[in-house]
Amino acid sequence: MNAKGFIRENIPLFGLILLMAAVSLYSPNFLTVDNLLNILRQTSINAIIAMGMTFVILTAGIDLSVGSILAFAGAVCASMIAVDTPLIVALLTTIAIGAALGMASGTIVAFFGVQAFIATLVAMTMVRGLVLVYTDGRPISTGDFDVANSFYEIGGGYVAEIPVPVIIAALAFLICWYVLNHTQFGRYVYAIGGNEQVARLAGVNVARVKLIVYATSGALSALAGIILTARLESAQPTAGMAYELDAIAAVVLGGTSLAGGRGRITGTLIGALIIGVLNNALNIMDVSSYYQQIAKGAVILLAVVADGRSKASSR
Amino acid sequence: MTALLELEGVDKAFGTVRVLRGVDFTVQAGRVVALAGENGAGKSTLMKIITGIYHRDAGEMRLRGKEVQFTTARQSMDAGIAMIHQELNLLPALSVGENIFLGREPVDRMGRIRWSEIERETRHWLGTLQQQIDPWTETGKLSIAQQQMVEIARALSMQAEIIIMDEPTDALTDIETQILFDVVEKLRGEGKGLVFISHRLGEIFRMCDDVAVLRDGNMVHQGPVSEIDEDGLIRHMVGRELSDQYPYVPAEPADIRLKVDHLVAPGVRDVSFEARAGEVVGFAGLVGAGRTELGKAIYGANPAQSGSIEIDGQPTQLRSPRDGVSAGIGYVTEDRKLEGLIQAHGLRQNLSLSGLFRFTNTTGHIDKRAERAEVTRYINAFSVKTHGIDAVISQLSGGNQQKVSIAKSLVAQPRILILDEPTRGVDVGAKREIYQLINELKAEGLCILLLSSDMPELMGISDRILVMSNGLLTGSFARDEADQEAIMRCTVAGLEEARVG
Ligand SMILES: Nc1ncnc2c1ncn2[C@@H]1O[C@H](COP(=O)(O)OP(=O)(O)OP(=O)(O)O)[C@@H](O)[C@H]1O
Ligand SMILES: [Mg+2]
Repeated sequence: MNAKGFIRENIPLFGLILLMAAVSLYSPNFLTVDNLLNILRQTSINAIIAMGMTFVILTAGIDLSVGSILAFAGAVCASMIAVDTPLIVALLTTIAIGAALGMASGTIVAFFGVQAFIATLVAMTMVRGLVLVYTDGRPISTGDFDVANSFYEIGGGYVAEIPVPVIIAALAFLICWYVLNHTQFGRYVYAIGGNEQVARLAGVNVARVKLIVYATSGALSALAGIILTARLESAQPTAGMAYELDAIAAVVLGGTSLAGGRGRITGTLIGALIIGVLNNALNIMDVSSYYQQIAKGAVILLAVVADGRSKASSR
Repeated sequence: MTALLELEGVDKAFGTVRVLRGVDFTVQAGRVVALAGENGAGKSTLMKIITGIYHRDAGEMRLRGKEVQFTTARQSMDAGIAMIHQELNLLPALSVGENIFLGREPVDRMGRIRWSEIERETRHWLGTLQQQIDPWTETGKLSIAQQQMVEIARALSMQAEIIIMDEPTDALTDIETQILFDVVEKLRGEGKGLVFISHRLGEIFRMCDDVAVLRDGNMVHQGPVSEIDEDGLIRHMVGRELSDQYPYVPAEPADIRLKVDHLVAPGVRDVSFEARAGEVVGFAGLVGAGRTELGKAIYGANPAQSGSIEIDGQPTQLRSPRDGVSAGIGYVTEDRKLEGLIQAHGLRQNLSLSGLFRFTNTTGHIDKRAERAEVTRYINAFSVKTHGIDAVISQLSGGNQQKVSIAKSLVAQPRILILDEPTRGVDVGAKREIYQLINELKAEGLCILLLSSDMPELMGISDRILVMSNGLLTGSFARDEADQEAIMRCTVAGLEEARVG
């Protein structure tokens, strides 16, 4: 591949590098190990959700319910920790609940042919309702048992200077990358997004693959919920509001097509980092949070247009 | 007399691949010029340059002696050039009428679409082609042949001076082809200039006045049809002699591989037949006879409503294509664009999609080395013209896409192979390669169902021919007793029966 092709294939990566270079020129505090680790930690939750979102979008779907599932999973997990449930039991139960909720919208999409946008919009609303019912609208503390301390480590701990959430996100990334690039299931995910009818006629069990895809997204949202709850030592009923937007933005920034069938999980990781760096930079530069929204939107627009341009010019 | 359209020294490259080299090409008023050439020779590319879809790197183009440069398809349309594309370009969710007038809907002064005019015009143009299709039918519900007729109607409705037809007949049976030819005859009489691309050489001699031949992007011959014969034409196309278009090898049929008993499925009313291992069973029939539906029912894509299917003596339930693949059935669709290949994906992903299980271990891990080796083997065996196994399908020429579509079903190593119009858009040389491949597969003991509208092909390659009409089997011929007349009578037999019954 020539240099031009390489750049064209990796616009998001160059975007990230450019962004980081620009910010470090402006602020010497940006390129410090502490700050970079900080960015990684802040990015990990969105990155984990966005990885599940990548699977969904690759099948030409969308998942709006991630934020609600995150909140419900967090609440259930917190209340289990608060009554001294063994850590591993609490974690596995929570992730299973996330997967089940994802699978519920997956069922509606796969077997009833409802558009993913609608199905997961319904799920988003209903699960948020479930959160409010379950928590009675109040935060749930993780309590004072010993297990609460171990639980905290998941969100706030470090292993050899590296924040635990970053390690979890890295592991999740490696697994997702492997699945998408080296397994039959991954191939089928791309094929369904590329042309569902072709995939079906080639013998792909389309409904089953979709179910697993939505379950994966739900499970990863629950994982993100665990991390958030652990770090705050409590579950907030409003947790995860609008998180689906950051996740979708990360996927799109990473060059994955909303039409399905095309994209890379590495792109999503970079997309999440771009958003993370941007948030961090705007804070360092002391930009008011009102303007931050506008700046973020502008950067996303710029990145997506640049990516679309370079792809169009390769024809 | 100046030519209607004249191209001189046209060059075109995609990236580093040179597709056209200094091509000259002329379209005369009141004449039909055939453009012949192997798959990937550059025919469609040249036509897309004329219509402004692609931009030439060098060369001149003159319309009625005036230099023109189209940058969009719209401009060429406005200048009086219409094109029927090789790949169907209809939106399946829209009605036939909406498709025909897409982008040029008649509107009144308030900007409201005049639906009654669309309906009237659509009826009129479909009527010219003798098609009784309701203008409000959802286009995706039509058969491929009907959709092709809709494409043709759209081009006619533009009332262009120059009409380019890129393999318009490859989805049509003899009857519709004749209808099209009658229309072409009329247009020629009106002094229009027509370009006709086809891999059915017989059609070129029947229909065209001049013939131009492209080989590897070079224009190697241009002249009146009357001064050349079929062998000469083939020699220009492939650059060597090619004998014996239908290399038939007698069958040594073994045990019964497939037994279909009183099968009823969408479009299939009641069909029973047997096919043996090592046998090619041809299916003849008109458009809408139910051959495609029968193929899909056997594969599991349209599950049977009643009746039974036995494979190697085992009763088999086929409820989905997945069941079909597991039961050892390979299926090549007639509609490669919408059902056969993922256009935006590479050759590798497409070729291995059905047979992925062969390269996958129990944990779902794909052995990419083995996959690459096997995929490459098929690309070579079919001489697919491509610059690599990760080239994107939409960048292949139509005929090469068809080869990939067939190869894809073979990667899964089926016992039964259903081929629905397998040589659609394939050039003479490659057709012969596909026939030879069918012979080889037959010798290996595959049971092959060949669904084809190309009568010489059907009679040339099949061991036995079954005729379908209106969802029923209406005739059965051994190879040596098959004759075109008798088969044609059977293809309409079910229609009579339906009218009576
Ligand atoms: N958009 C594209 N990008 C890259 N290569 C292309 C593109 N379109 C066509 N090609 C290449 O150009 C060559 C000529 O293609 P073209 O479609 O013109 O062939 P053709 O003569 O119409 O063949 P067929 O009979 O199979 O339709 C092929 O090798 C094809 O792979
Ligand atoms: Mg072509």
